[in-house]
Parts: sequence; structure tokens; C-alpha cells
Amino acid sequence: MLLSIGLPLIIEKFVLIVIVVMSSLVIAMYATFAERKVAAIMQDRRGPNRAGPFGLLQPLADGLKLFFKEEIIPTLSSKLLFILGPCLAMLTAMMTGAVIPWGDKVHFFGRDISLQIADVNIGILYVFGVVSLGVYGIMIGSWASNNKFSLMGGLRAASQIISYELAMGIALIALLMTTGTLSLKEIVQQQQEHWYSWNIIKQPLGFLIFLICAFAECNRTPFDLPEAENELIGGYHTEYSSMKLGFYLFAEYINMFLSSSVMVSLFFGGYDIPFINDASLAENIGINWVALIHTAVFLFKAACFLFLFMWVRWTIPRFRYDQLMNLGWKVLIPLALINMLATGAFILLQQNNWHF
Amino acid sequence: MQALTNRAQQVERKPMSLLERAYLPAIFRGMAITFGHMFKKRPTINYPEVTRPFSPVFRGLHILNRDEEGRENCTACGLCAVACPAEAITMEAAERSAGEEKLYREEKYAAKYEINMLRCIFCGLCEEACPKDAIYLSETFAPANFQRKGFIYGKDDLLIPHPITEPEAHAKAKGGRVSLK
Repeated sequence: MLLSIGLPLIIEKFVLIVIVVMSSLVIAMYATFAERKVAAIMQDRRGPNRAGPFGLLQPLADGLKLFFKEEIIPTLSSKLLFILGPCLAMLTAMMTGAVIPWGDKVHFFGRDISLQIADVNIGILYVFGVVSLGVYGIMIGSWASNNKFSLMGGLRAASQIISYELAMGIALIALLMTTGTLSLKEIVQQQQEHWYSWNIIKQPLGFLIFLICAFAECNRTPFDLPEAENELIGGYHTEYSSMKLGFYLFAEYINMFLSSSVMVSLFFGGYDIPFINDASLAENIGINWVALIHTAVFLFKAACFLFLFMWVRWTIPRFRYDQLMNLGWKVLIPLALINMLATGAFILLQQNNWHF
Repeated sequence: MQALTNRAQQVERKPMSLLERAYLPAIFRGMAITFGHMFKKRPTINYPEVTRPFSPVFRGLHILNRDEEGRENCTACGLCAVACPAEAITMEAAERSAGEEKLYREEKYAAKYEINMLRCIFCGLCEEACPKDAIYLSETFAPANFQRKGFIYGKDDLLIPHPITEPEAHAKAKGGRVSLK
């Protein structure tokens, strides 16, 4: 009975997947718009405001432009891999969304529908696996371009992600020691009791390390060495044009949104509404409305992180390569290790009733 | 070494303190600055919707003036062409024949009047030279064009709209500058 897969379940999951994929695409689309607007506002400019009211149709115009551009595949590239690169980048970017709990559950047609595509008990490991696959999109694309600048970008991406994934993993181990579970759903549920049960309170250093590593994994400034437009002419996507380039750029924004979502789930209570007892609220206005508010709160938190990504991008200049490696190996990994050891010692002491 | 100016400053080369090496305080300060810029007033003007006001002495594209009855003022005397330092103005005079009194104010008029906007320096000397109030510099400027010959403005480009048949266009073309005198 553990794996009773009926038609309703398949339909339910299918609908959920379509909604999640479509909405993360739309959010990524408007993240590009928001990026340009935020950049403009921070630089005392106005930003795109010509297409539609307040320039809201700008992302559509951008997408249309990318579709209509000529698609160039370099003669000496390996064509299959050249096409595979952006596909893989896009695929891995979208896959993370499967384990993120977007809300608690809704009640439709006499069924409780969980607002999480797959509540796997190794949710975080899945996220890690998919995120580290993401660099293959960049590496394959950059290698297949048969261009030295692209290859440099790809190498940088690979070394950067390997370096920062370590620190990210160790920072997460400390978090997992406090939560005791790998399932994102359970981690979120644990944070629902009080506002101070959010993991950011328990693991501030772990969050900081995770945040920095998330910036590095998303290839965002100050860690955008793989594309580094003024030293590598665009890095791994130098040879790309048309929508294949668009996919690379788009994957970056989807990655940004989904890593924001992961951070919200892990450290900021996921869909938890701060200062409000969700259970009593559900009794008052019904599960479905609470689920809606939950999702809205979740998206709001994720939007705050998206803003943080953009804010940092338009503030901090890019690291030099040696600075990047120094920060990764000599600062973040030792810090994460210390954080892990301190957390472990704390938990042991707590279990031992504060006796050494 | 003797300093050339007294503006030279000694650069501090102290090793960074631990707090400075942590970078985060500096990063937060930088982020506070960029955040503060979100609330600054933006100097940009939304151009086609909003335009900056011209100064009263702005000298733009020329117009050939008409009087209140809509007759052309220009008598093709050539004083503007003589005054023009850039030699941008050429014209051909013609005699007014009977029945054209409603078109031209005096017996002589400009059959052809051309200004090369690529040569013109918009100095306004033609305006000062004109004894008949026939040429004025307005408040618009020459739009872009793809061809050089597009910048040679003939009479049909320069002539102000008729004040009686097209009063609104006339007022718009006239602008604030002409009525200053």
C-alpha cells in the first residue's frame, strides 16, 4: 500500500508540476525585468519603461527578440554537445523545484493535495545533486563551443562550484544536526511553531555561509567569474546566440529563484506566516485560503531574497580568481567546519543536560 | 623629491585589521549606499512625454514668417544670405504677378528659398539682418535624416502654416520666441 499510484494522483502531480514549472518560468522572466529595474533605480536611472505600462511587457519583448535572432552554431563546435549545454542548464535549473514545499496542502474534490511535487525524505540531498549537475550545462556548453574564452569560463565555473559546494555542504550538515531530518517538508514544519524557531536563529553563521555559497553556485556577482564579460567576453556563453543564449541567461534566473526558495525553506520558515498561529488560522478561514496565504508568504520571502541577489550584484565588484579561491578554501570551509563542530558540541551538551 | 604641487597625499599602507579583513562591514556599508540611492530623485526626464523647457534665447530651426493675413513677408532681398557666416542660405527672387496679392505682401518675393541645415550654425544673424521680419529661428530643431539632401530645407519646409486656415499649427510653429519682439 506504500506505493498506491492511482490516476488521480498522477493527474494531481501533473497539474502541480505544470503549475510549478510555468510559474518559475514566469517568475524568472520577471526577475530579469526586476533586475534591470533594480539596477536602474540603484544607479538613479529609470530602467525599462517603454513596453507596456511601467515597462511590464519588457520581458516578453526580450524573449521575442531572442527568438528572432539568428542562431549560429560554430563550424568547429561539437554540435550535439553545443545544443545539449543550454538544455542541461535549463533542465537542472527547473528540477530543483520538485522538492520545495510551496505550501502546506489544499483540499479539492475530497482529496488533500500536498503543495510539494515530491516529498522525498532526502530532499536536501536531491537539491545538492541537481545543483551540482547544473555546472555540467555550463561545462559542456563551454567545451563544445571550441573557444578558448568559453573554455576558461567553463573551467572557472567548475572549479568555483566544486570549491563552494564543499563549504555549502558542511554548513548544511550543521543545520541538519539541529533539524535531524533531510526532508524539506519536515524542516519547514519544525520551523512553524514560533517565529524564533526559524533556523536562521539557530544557525546564523551557517546561513551566512550558505548564502555566500548560493551566490557562488548561481554564478552571480561577486562570483560571476565564469561569464566575466569584461575579461572573458561573456565566458561560457561567448559563442551562443539566439534562444540558446537566452536559455543560459534564463537558467541563471531560475537558479536564483529556486536557491532563494531553498534558503527560505531551510532558514526562514518556508511558508510559515510569522507571528501567526497557522493551525488556528486554518480553523477559521479554511485550509485552502491558508494554503494560498502560505504560498504568497513563501513567494514574498523568496522575492526578498531575489532582491538581495540583485542588490548585491549592483553593489559589489567581481572577485579576482585568487580571492575567490582564498575565500572558498581558506575562509568559508574552516568557518563551516568550526560551525559544524560547535553545533555538534552544543547538541551533545544539551543531550547530556549541560554536563561535560 | 620636491613636490610639484601641495596636493600630493601619502597613501596609507597599514595592514588591514581583522574587522577590515572580514570584508562584511565594508560590504554592508556599500549596500547601504546603493540602497540609499533607491530613494534619490532621478535626474532623467521621460523625453517624448516630458520635454525640458527651452531657454528664451534658444535658436532652433528657421521659419519663414507670414503676416496676419497669411501673406509671405520675404521679399528675397538677400540680406540674410549676405549676413549668414556659414553661407547656408540661397534664394531666387521673382516678381509678383497680378492676382497674387493674397500670397505675397510685396511686389517681389522669394520663388526659391533654401537653407542647408548641415551648414547652418544657428547663430541667428539672418534673423537680425532681416528688415521684413520674414525669418525667425523657432524652438524646434532639425530632425535626423538619412540623406544629405534631406537637410536642405526648401520653402515648403520652412514656411510657417497659414495663420487663418491653420491657426493652431501656426501658433505652434510660431512658438514663444517670435512674439518676444
